[in-house]
Amino acid sequence: MTDAIRVTGLTKRYGITLAVDNIGFSARAGDTIGLLGGNGAGKTTTIGMLLGLLIPTAGSIHVLGHDMARDRFAALARMNFSSPYVALPARLSVAENLRVYGHLYGVRGLERRIDELAGELDLVALLDRPAGELSAGQKTRVALAKALINRPELLLLDEPTASLDPDTGDMVRGWLERYRAASGCTILLASHNMAEVERLCSDVLMMKQGRIVDRGSPGELLQRYGRDDLEEVFLDIARNRPRAEAAP
Amino acid sequence: MSAARRIWGLMYRHLALYRRSWPRLLELAYWPTLQMLIWGFTSAYIASRMGLEGQLAAGILLGGVLLWEVALRSQMGVAISFLEEIWSRNLGHVFVSPLRPWELVAALLTISVIRMAIGVVPAVLLAWALYAFNLFALGPVLVLFAVNLIAMGWWIALGVVSLILRHGAGAEALAWSVLFGITPFAAVFYPVSVLPALLQPVALALPAAHVFEGMRAVLETGIVHWHHLAWATALNIGWTVAAALLFARQFRAARERGALLSIGE
Repeated sequence: MTDAIRVTGLTKRYGITLAVDNIGFSARAGDTIGLLGGNGAGKTTTIGMLLGLLIPTAGSIHVLGHDMARDRFAALARMNFSSPYVALPARLSVAENLRVYGHLYGVRGLERRIDELAGELDLVALLDRPAGELSAGQKTRVALAKALINRPELLLLDEPTASLDPDTGDMVRGWLERYRAASGCTILLASHNMAEVERLCSDVLMMKQGRIVDRGSPGELLQRYGRDDLEEVFLDIARNRPRAEAAP
Repeated sequence: MSAARRIWGLMYRHLALYRRSWPRLLELAYWPTLQMLIWGFTSAYIASRMGLEGQLAAGILLGGVLLWEVALRSQMGVAISFLEEIWSRNLGHVFVSPLRPWELVAALLTISVIRMAIGVVPAVLLAWALYAFNLFALGPVLVLFAVNLIAMGWWIALGVVSLILRHGAGAEALAWSVLFGITPFAAVFYPVSVLPALLQPVALALPAAHVFEGMRAVLETGIVHWHHLAWATALNIGWTVAAALLFARQFRAARERGALLSIGE
């Protein structure tokens, strides 16, 4: 099976600052990969390079079999992205926003797809409302609908539940789980919510100072660090704490 | 998936914005109409004081005002539509979609023509209704004048967008001001020969100066001086190539610096 993501020797340097330092990883189709690390660990830079927004200083990225250096538009048509830090035009209605991205991604049967997503993400009553007038939770659901408009084979999510209340956050996580199971989509998730990563991810990449310093399933990491939750593992790595005694 | 559909997608985004915002629509026609009123009354005054000579001068003035608006609105149409993406923090989504950079530019250019038409047509009608000045009396050559001015507006806008990619939203003031800064050298209201000798080469490097020399020739003599149009077209081709290269270079540099996500900050 082709890897959905294959990254080799990826490096990004801004002047004298090394933001990403020779990392390599792959993700099998259908996996949910968590990208964890403190602020400045290189997560956003890595996602930016995976999306083609950033040109790497060195290394290669293959997404869904396409070399991002030479053929990024073919890959971009089959993937999508959501981040609370990138907005949708506030004055356009939800339906208009989804139409814009439906056209940009060449979605067939666009109106049917919008109705489908509106039903699944509970957006029917919001379709005619300007995106800027929605609550944070509603905006997140709209951003998710935008990210799913083209039925992506790879979904990159940057802190998908940041600033959401626990109920809405849980709803979004549940929806992502069901969507991945139904579609076989690969998900790469950058998050500071360790419970979210434990729940959703089959594999976790721990980043620090631009490097991948550890990798494994949430269970493997907990066992390796002798901890009960990923937050403690995160702190062990971030603060260079000695590992606790491994669980028997 | 066709390029035309992606271009339409971005156009739809801007058309939907204007459909929902009548102040934006009003703003498009506001300045050209205001300009036409001010210059129209000025021209009427000159014509009343100077007889036949004054009527010709008034016609030249009004023709200059209307055609310069074509260039101004085309340039602003591209640059402000690009800025709309920055202001709405939407640029990241646009650049991670399959929309190619040239398709982005094509969508912005097409939107600029629509914006220009909405802005300039009321002013043209006003000139005809209030001051009996019919721009279309220039004849079919008017289309060539307009095309050259639109093209000039486009390549200047592409230069502005390149500067915004390089310097971020800090360069956004250029979207409004750059063409006003060029006006003294564009020979809109007076011939190039009026300018000091030192400034004449600057004027002659601008397609607009040749268009307006051509326009004055048609209004004064009724004869089309094709060499003016040839110069304007050749200059536009040269400047467009230069602006496209600058845009491509700055777009790549923005991808190297990681500026596409943080450009509005």
